[in-house]
Amino acid sequence: MKKIGVFLCHCGINISATVDIEKAMEALKDYPGVAHIEDYKYMCSDPGQQLIKKKIKDLGLDGVVVCACSPTLHENTFRLTVKAAGMNEYKMEMANIREQCSWVHKDKTVATEKAIKIIKSVIEKARLDEALDPIEVDITRKAMVIGAGVAGIQTALNIANSGYEVILVEREPSIGGKMAQLSETFPTLDCSQCILTPKMVEVSNHPKIKLMTYSEVVDVSGFVGNFKVKVKRKATGLDWDVCNGCGLCTEKCPKKLPSEFDQGLGERKAIYRPFPQAVPNRVVIDFENCTYMQSGKCGICQKVCPVKAIDFDKEDKFVEEEVGAIICATGFETYSVKDIPEFGGGKLPDVVDGLTFERILSASGPTGGEVRRPSDGKVPKDIVFLECVCSRDPEHYLPYCSKVCCMYTVKHAMLYKHRVHDGQPYVFYMDMRTGGKGYEEFYQRAAEEDKVVFIRGKVSKLYQDDDKIVVCGVDTLSNETIEIRADMVVLATAIVPSKGIRELTKLLKIQIDQHGFLSEAHPKLRPVESLTAGVYLAGCAQSPRDIPDTVSQASGAASMVCTLFANEKLKHEPIIVGVNEDICSGCGICTVVCPYDARKTNLEKKLVEVNEVLCEGCGACAAACPSGAAQQNNYTDNQINAMIKAILGKGG
Amino acid sequence: MGKPKVAFYWNASCGGCEEAVVDLAEKILDVVAAVDIIFWPVAMDFKKEDVEAMEDGSIAVCFMNGAVRTDEQVEMSELLRKKSQLVVAFGSCAHMGGIPGLANLSTREEIMHLVYHNSPGLVNPDEVEPQLVSKVPEGELTLPHFHESVKALDQVIDVDYYLPGCAPTPDMIMGAVTAILEGKLPPKGEVLAPNKTVCESCKRSETKPEKIKIKAIKRPALNELPEDKCLLAEGFICMGPATRDGCGARCMDVNMPCRGCFGPPKGVEDQGAKFLSALCSIVDSEDPKEIEELMETVIDPAGLFYMFSLPTSMRNKFYDKIER
Repeated sequence: MKKIGVFLCHCGINISATVDIEKAMEALKDYPGVAHIEDYKYMCSDPGQQLIKKKIKDLGLDGVVVCACSPTLHENTFRLTVKAAGMNEYKMEMANIREQCSWVHKDKTVATEKAIKIIKSVIEKARLDEALDPIEVDITRKAMVIGAGVAGIQTALNIANSGYEVILVEREPSIGGKMAQLSETFPTLDCSQCILTPKMVEVSNHPKIKLMTYSEVVDVSGFVGNFKVKVKRKATGLDWDVCNGCGLCTEKCPKKLPSEFDQGLGERKAIYRPFPQAVPNRVVIDFENCTYMQSGKCGICQKVCPVKAIDFDKEDKFVEEEVGAIICATGFETYSVKDIPEFGGGKLPDVVDGLTFERILSASGPTGGEVRRPSDGKVPKDIVFLECVCSRDPEHYLPYCSKVCCMYTVKHAMLYKHRVHDGQPYVFYMDMRTGGKGYEEFYQRAAEEDKVVFIRGKVSKLYQDDDKIVVCGVDTLSNETIEIRADMVVLATAIVPSKGIRELTKLLKIQIDQHGFLSEAHPKLRPVESLTAGVYLAGCAQSPRDIPDTVSQASGAASMVCTLFANEKLKHEPIIVGVNEDICSGCGICTVVCPYDARKTNLEKKLVEVNEVLCEGCGACAAACPSGAAQQNNYTDNQINAMIKAILGKGG
Repeated sequence: MGKPKVAFYWNASCGGCEEAVVDLAEKILDVVAAVDIIFWPVAMDFKKEDVEAMEDGSIAVCFMNGAVRTDEQVEMSELLRKKSQLVVAFGSCAHMGGIPGLANLSTREEIMHLVYHNSPGLVNPDEVEPQLVSKVPEGELTLPHFHESVKALDQVIDVDYYLPGCAPTPDMIMGAVTAILEGKLPPKGEVLAPNKTVCESCKRSETKPEKIKIKAIKRPALNELPEDKCLLAEGFICMGPATRDGCGARCMDVNMPCRGCFGPPKGVEDQGAKFLSALCSIVDSEDPKEIEELMETVIDPAGLFYMFSLPTSMRNKFYDKIER
């Protein structure tokens, strides 16, 4: 029989105040398998660990049960402890007598009895524990970043600057994302493009970064360290290797269309570059609107192209890349004004969203930075900004705070005032949330220096009256209804995840929350990891956030990737579910429930085969397996039965 | 030295296991040539006294079929255990309690009431119930005590090996006899059948889809059974994946789903629970209501999933104590 050491922790008085340690020790000292029993005030402290190590060596223990807190907290601590004493770390078990016992009971007698049962059951498990070794896997030291906004760019640069190769995939023709559309940034008012474009240029020139713009991830297989990703490179209608980005084709193209980059306010051509600083500096043909593609007539771009790059090839190409880590940085969109009927439903031209106003303010925008309203180009003299549009509105729209709207609205009002000195900006707000370095000062400056009028309250409706927009709201501080006849209204619409995120998360096998934002592995302690090993998160795809937060998180994700790549081999938890080939007859029921595609039926051999590295040890297959061939390492049916019997049985 | 002595005995059984021995056909002559059958109530006229007169351990092997529910069965089991070097639990009833074990879903009183007072076609105007002792002019007549629950053989006496099946196949019986005669036996406690499941020998396995998912549960009595498709994948409850091989998937050969008579594969404690868990895993729905509705269509789940193994299920092990 195994020689098991049982070590009871008082956890100060966290445990010992409710569990009679002495009585428990007395009840357990002769339990089958127990070779030694001992208590200590803080088992996780250095002396506590030394005590365990000494007993393992002195008594030749080959199993240890630490009766203390939840394994979530200290399992790793004690695994390292026993390993240092030469014992296999998977023969260490924790009996949780704190969270599951002392903290939830008051009656000392009952709690002590329960603690004894918990410990007995864990001793039963420990008796049947086998020595396990981590599974070693090779790593492909190349990362793929999906989404090339500032989050993706920062992640890619950090990883590439650490010496690892990066593939940066972007759906749009250019990198830059939403930040490239912004005018100036709060709270310093530096030009967004001016601070972003150097990073974009660095990406385009970086020897370790391979750019794949106008591309989408269509399939992902494999596992941490060894992903295979299939990328669709959308047809551009020309050969990007030949194109030199001179822009002559764009100049000569006769077909004019609203520019997406300018939120529909400016124009672009059917062959176009989204914006002048686009990276890569290449054009694409909008097949749906190109006259030549639609009617076969025109072809002017092909005639004028000095390098003969244009071939009108519509065939998408697919490439397969092998990478070791994937960072999902797919960014955000804003809630569409069209879906907000009480604010005009997108039918009032002078009611725009924040992103459109950014383009109006931008020096590179359709108005060259002059504030002019879309309907007639007049300079608005009274302008109203509404915050929390669709955010913090669980009854009608979304319950969450979009986080950046307070600050960018303050910025909008301030920038407006800087351009239109005799204009009056009004801001309707619910609460001003100015958490961030220099944010509160920025807000005060807008109110005091720029005389922005802040009204605490909500707006119930907007309507067009002549050339004015009538804004009907309430000031909840004075309890008065307010009506403002404004020339223009800017809605700070909620931040929502970008389109296609659900499909992508299915490919990546990562979770999303109820609003479609990516779920992190732990909200506090693992904020940049997904629950799938090797897939990391950055930017607004996870939750609304501002640029500094996005950049820090992106660097965090990059650092996690570099940490992963710094390993010689990957170590995979050996608590997995294999197949007992002596029993398995290949019914394949376990493969139906495996969420990781780790199990495949080999019909010819009448066996299920397991990819051990893909297995995350969730145990779903072990529960589903009707023959008992699928057993989770150190959580076998026998062990679980023995544990149940120890708790519920007479002996317990 | 004489030929090894062999005994056959039946407890609560249907007689099918006896048939299985007879099904050895001419091979039975080889058996008779190799051994002395010294006790076999169905075929030979030896009495309990004859067994009592034998020396302890003088029988080489006793094959015992049937479940155990009465004092008499306990007594005979204990007696034969004492006289035999090896005891083989023969057939599903001795192995796991078998179909008689389904009586454990009812109490002793409910059974008595049904059989002696409420059975269709019953005529019992005096409401007579069987008595342990009845006085008649010739003297006293006795009946054995009818226990609270049905037991498998190893819940009453120590069992060395198990020959599973309802009934065990002639090939398996021959194999077991040969192994015993040649002394080529596995460690004590083993089931003398392959470790794999019925899917291993089922010819329909090849027709299985890559992933079995079912939208509805079909009953064989009400649906046409496909001749050449995996029955579970077609929605028929087939216990094959949760059942030990050894029968050669014979039920599927005659177009019926497996009912699990060979019991679970090695290492599985509760066949019914295992199968139920597997069945839930292949329901093709994520909607709790839809799943519930589908599971409602399983008629008599206990009788289906525990047709042969109720007395050895975890539930029964927890509640039962051996009555003496």
